[in-house]
Amino acid sequence: MTNTISDITKESDVIMIIGSNSEEAHPVLGMQLRAAAERGAKIIIADPRDINLTKKADVHLKLRPGTNVALVNGMLHVIIEEGLTDEEFIKERTEVENYEKLKKIVEKYTPEYVGEICHLDPDDIRTAARLYAKAEAAPIIYCLGVTEHSTGTEGVMSLSNLAMVTGKLGRPGCGVNPIRGQNNVQGACDMGAMPTDYTGYQKVHVDEVREKFEKAWGVELNPNPGTKATECFEKMIEGDIKGLFIFGEDPMRTDPDTHHVDRALSNLEFLVVDELFMTETAKYADVILPGSAYAEKEGTFSNTERRVQRVRKAVDAPGNCKQDYEIFTEIMNRMGYEQPHLTSAQIMDEIASVTPSFAGISHARLDGEEVAGNGLQWPCKGPDHPGTPIMHVGMFSRGKGNYHLAEYKPAQELPDEEYPILLTTGRNLYHYNAMAMTDKTPGLMQISPHSYIEINTADAEKLDIKDGERIKVSSRRGTISSEARVSEKTGPGEVWMPFHFLDGNSNWLTIDALDSIAKAPEYKVCAVKLQKIPESEAYTEDGTYITQAMIAEKRNEMYAKQLSVSERCANGEVVSVASSWDDYSTLVNGCSSCD
Amino acid sequence: MISITIDDLKLQVEEGTTILEAARQNGVRIPTLCYLEGVNQIGSCRLCVVEVEGMDNLPTACNTIAKDGMVIQTASQKVVEYRKMILNLLLSNHHQDCFSCPSNGKCELQAVCNEYGVYKTTFEGTRVKIERPPKEEHPFLGYRSDLCIHCQRCVNTCNNVSGRRAINLKKTGMFTIIDAPFGENWEETTICESCGNCADACPTGALYRKAGKKYREWEVKKVLTTCPHCAVGCQMYLLVKDGKVVAVEGADGPSNHGRLCVKGRFGSFDFLSSKDRLTDPLIKDRKTGEFRKASWDEALDLVAKKFTEIKKKNGPDSLAGFACSRSTNEDIYMLQKMVRTVFGTNNTDNCARV
Repeated sequence: MTNTISDITKESDVIMIIGSNSEEAHPVLGMQLRAAAERGAKIIIADPRDINLTKKADVHLKLRPGTNVALVNGMLHVIIEEGLTDEEFIKERTEVENYEKLKKIVEKYTPEYVGEICHLDPDDIRTAARLYAKAEAAPIIYCLGVTEHSTGTEGVMSLSNLAMVTGKLGRPGCGVNPIRGQNNVQGACDMGAMPTDYTGYQKVHVDEVREKFEKAWGVELNPNPGTKATECFEKMIEGDIKGLFIFGEDPMRTDPDTHHVDRALSNLEFLVVDELFMTETAKYADVILPGSAYAEKEGTFSNTERRVQRVRKAVDAPGNCKQDYEIFTEIMNRMGYEQPHLTSAQIMDEIASVTPSFAGISHARLDGEEVAGNGLQWPCKGPDHPGTPIMHVGMFSRGKGNYHLAEYKPAQELPDEEYPILLTTGRNLYHYNAMAMTDKTPGLMQISPHSYIEINTADAEKLDIKDGERIKVSSRRGTISSEARVSEKTGPGEVWMPFHFLDGNSNWLTIDALDSIAKAPEYKVCAVKLQKIPESEAYTEDGTYITQAMIAEKRNEMYAKQLSVSERCANGEVVSVASSWDDYSTLVNGCSSCD
Repeated sequence: MISITIDDLKLQVEEGTTILEAARQNGVRIPTLCYLEGVNQIGSCRLCVVEVEGMDNLPTACNTIAKDGMVIQTASQKVVEYRKMILNLLLSNHHQDCFSCPSNGKCELQAVCNEYGVYKTTFEGTRVKIERPPKEEHPFLGYRSDLCIHCQRCVNTCNNVSGRRAINLKKTGMFTIIDAPFGENWEETTICESCGNCADACPTGALYRKAGKKYREWEVKKVLTTCPHCAVGCQMYLLVKDGKVVAVEGADGPSNHGRLCVKGRFGSFDFLSSKDRLTDPLIKDRKTGEFRKASWDEALDLVAKKFTEIKKKNGPDSLAGFACSRSTNEDIYMLQKMVRTVFGTNNTDNCARV
């Protein structure tokens, strides 16, 4: 985020939310957005679903998934045409030459043209553009609904264009604010777990940077940028990557096109997984190393506001579990690098010593009276630097703000005759990603126990699907079963699924098309078909209707018995628990194809 | 600025300040029960009454604005007697079976009754007639009307802090009741998000986290930390009893201001002590596919040996290491340092994209 949650929710008169269902994915932000609406801030929502906050919205742009770039260019068109730009800001703070190019690009994005692409009323686009542009202070809040597209980076760039031409950057109540998905995904990027960057976004290909790290670490470093995780899977299938260390991820459940991930992990020569639980991914490992949970360690997380806050040890890890950084230290020493055993606080001191934007951050300071429990927001350039709540005040970090020009491009896989429905996925209020933590809380499983799919009433009627019915959902990559939830929440021809559940996991369906720049998968758009389950398969032998709850129960039983998703039958086929489609009798009786 | 006098202290305060705020800013204690700053300032419990020169009645300090020249007594004989009467009346509708109450030891009513020496009521309660059994069908939350003092903190916390309006005041005949959605039909109430911010706000044990029955306030150590779920970075306390996390309470952090959501409050600790936790290194027999327990030395030696072999044979870029976006900065830093220094590759990434 360029700004803080507090200033964008309290000091804004308009709030534009695009591709973020904050009330479920980031509930405590959602609570503060509801309070903002209550105090009178105008709300613009661009989201393909009737999410709860749309009830409080002044404009709801219920756009077709995958058309964000067109929408934002349409808003820019209206703002420029109607003279609602902040000319002074444009002249003083941004690359004026590029602004002229931007004007040319958005010329053709009339509200009518954009309305066609996005399935929107052109007047709603005008209203939204005017509301945002005329506001004294208005933040843009976005989430994975913008980034998880093959054109995700372009979506973000268009939003930054929108903020720049209206001068809504570098002040309270404004900014371009990504709401990061995971507790420390900001930190993971900040800490250099990126193939192109060391800590603090220092580039590996820059000689002086690399030399600095070589000196600090006392070892020669590889000058070639590495491969992004989402592209590594292809390299595993091709045999270019043979050894993999996974620390706390479960790509068998969270990455798109599960069959593809299965092929990749199965083809590795050696896989090590550092985990808390026997996850679907851990089952593929040659060695599993038991690590520690957040409540068992000292450290820090960086939240979506770039705020570094303390994590404190409350309990001991069970059994022979080790601190994760200890595990890495041990491996480093065994592979010939003399890494001293440090405490978490000492590691942060080392981070500060090699990272200019973290130079003023230490555990002692975070625990001290000066910080008073408020954390420190990077850039924090020295022990006396107070941190940076709002970025780009007075000047952009690169000097003049640049416009990135982006044309609308359709998603990689659009509905067609065979797969006529557009699937988009997301998080619900009660679970967190692959549920490694939330499925251990019985109450959460009681409230939200199994897979479901939201279907528009018109589509359901056409297919004779009733609310609560278990149906078959297929894409070119897999088939799953899920429970139909019929409403007007999604648009006609569009369905939405949560990505959490072991039963009916949407990632058997999703496509591994990647954003051309950031390499994020296009989770938000792929083509599927919905089918009623034939009578012959809908009931058990004793005539009981098979519900999705029953499927979930069987699946979870198998999970508890630690049967792997990758169980294979004698023919080498991925079957029973392994197959994405859950035929109930297979779940109960095991694989029948090899009998 | 205006001038006022509180208990013989001559003070200057901002115009628009309430008597309670003026007193607190200057270290004068006025007891409160229903008051929650910025959330519930309705003067319903009347415990914060004060005596103001020239006024016949006793105004409630929490919602009476201080006026220039006011002379205020916060602990006069009249005020103290009035407060004792209030507590006596409150207790008439409050079951004092503190042994079974999850708030025993942290109950604000208990504390203030103790302060004023009011240990039992001399009145017969009026609400006894309409008391209902506890509502505890909800997985996480419960409500006992016989402990409720109708302060409305929960109602206004749900309205103003969580922004849901799931808890309401209702009338049944001549009585007012608090309608908390934790009873038999809890599943039908889609408004309640089960965040439990109401339970943190309750001054007694009327609206409570069911997990609160597993410990007593004085048995737990509270550890301030950051929530492990989404990236809002809510601050919270882990409540630890006998080496186990038994509950979570919201803390006043810069991004959450005391709030938590259902996942943070209820989904952040059961997994820690789950029987499914991996507790030993495991090595897989490639032939049978079965895992067996191993010592750390054996497992780590094997990891180092295999990665070294692959690196020697196929070059450093045939190795990769992914970091966990759920773990700490310090762990992640060391992971990428391991990949870069000993694997010898920049093939390191995290789950930012997935």
